[in-house]
Amino acid sequence: MDYIDPHLHMVSRITDDYETLARMGCVAVSEPAFWAGFDRGTVDGFRDYFRQLTEVEPKRAAAFGIQHFCWLCINAKEAENVSLSREVIAMIPEFLDRPGVLGIGEIGLNKNTRNEAIVFLEHLELAITYDQPILIHTPHLEDKYQGTRMILDMLQDDSRLDRSRVLVDHVEEHTIGEVLDRGFWAGMTLYPITKCTPSRAADMIEKYGPERLMANSAGDWGPSKPTAVPDLIFELRRRGHDEALIRRVVYENPIEFFSNSHNFNFRPRSLGQVTV
Amino acid sequence: MSSPEKIFDETFLTIRSKLIDVAATLDRVDRAAAGASIDDLRRARIDEALRIVISSDTPDRATRLQQLFSRPYDSQWRRGFGL
Repeated sequence: MDYIDPHLHMVSRITDDYETLARMGCVAVSEPAFWAGFDRGTVDGFRDYFRQLTEVEPKRAAAFGIQHFCWLCINAKEAENVSLSREVIAMIPEFLDRPGVLGIGEIGLNKNTRNEAIVFLEHLELAITYDQPILIHTPHLEDKYQGTRMILDMLQDDSRLDRSRVLVDHVEEHTIGEVLDRGFWAGMTLYPITKCTPSRAADMIEKYGPERLMANSAGDWGPSKPTAVPDLIFELRRRGHDEALIRRVVYENPIEFFSNSHNFNFRPRSLGQVTV
Repeated sequence: MSSPEKIFDETFLTIRSKLIDVAATLDRVDRAAAGASIDDLRRARIDEALRIVISSDTPDRATRLQQLFSRPYDSQWRRGFGL
């Protein structure tokens, strides 16, 4: 089954991973801007990173028949530095018209601080000003519930936002209901220990249905499994769910959400198309 | 929809393994304490989590465990931040 991974940090993965993804049926990845493992010092560091996302990764992906899309922001961990964040936010428009740039993300909260909230709000303003979809990171572990509620408060405060163009990612059992009930898209992250498993994601699909729901691996430089979405496909099939439901979650829903961006020029595979 | 029997057929050994892992870890904690009392909030949280796991209320144990391990949400947070 063809699938799309809507949240995968390929800058931190080796090229072999693209080959593995292609063999597992991945036809496209969406890569949000994230924390590199250290706090970057200058806006030029981010400019170079955005060049990597918009120039290097699409070429690496294309060598294996995978289409690469990306999102831009300064992530929540580095948002504690408000002055640097403002420089990055001012620079982002340089890249918004580049092919494959889907919107602003992954913005959010990390430890739910005042500075993080200020930078989150300024990213929202950027997205609204430039008519961009938004991809949101919710915090990890004990910070997730509090941070998700704070994020939803800030989103709901702004009536200019179109909720069908906002994805709230890394939802789990105690946050998914709030996100879906308010009309946002929800992403389940299949990441060992600190987030969700394929079984629990399948449980949530059974409980809430497939509408506005996606699953991703969020593979990054930590212990993670970039082929986690196929694990979910396997779990859903094992439980006897039909192909239409599975395809909706792992392929059609990402296409529907990403189509909110005028830079989403996805080309589905078709009979007779030559691929690597 | 699957049956309880089928789910247990598929998952019993995994559950068993995870429970033994938890038990062995708590044994390890006790050995490290060498008889002294353990005054660690995380141990109390684990005890409460186990009570939730074996509760026979509504099928929302996973959600209740998530809430147990979460920082509380304060609806007045914006006032505290001056936002």
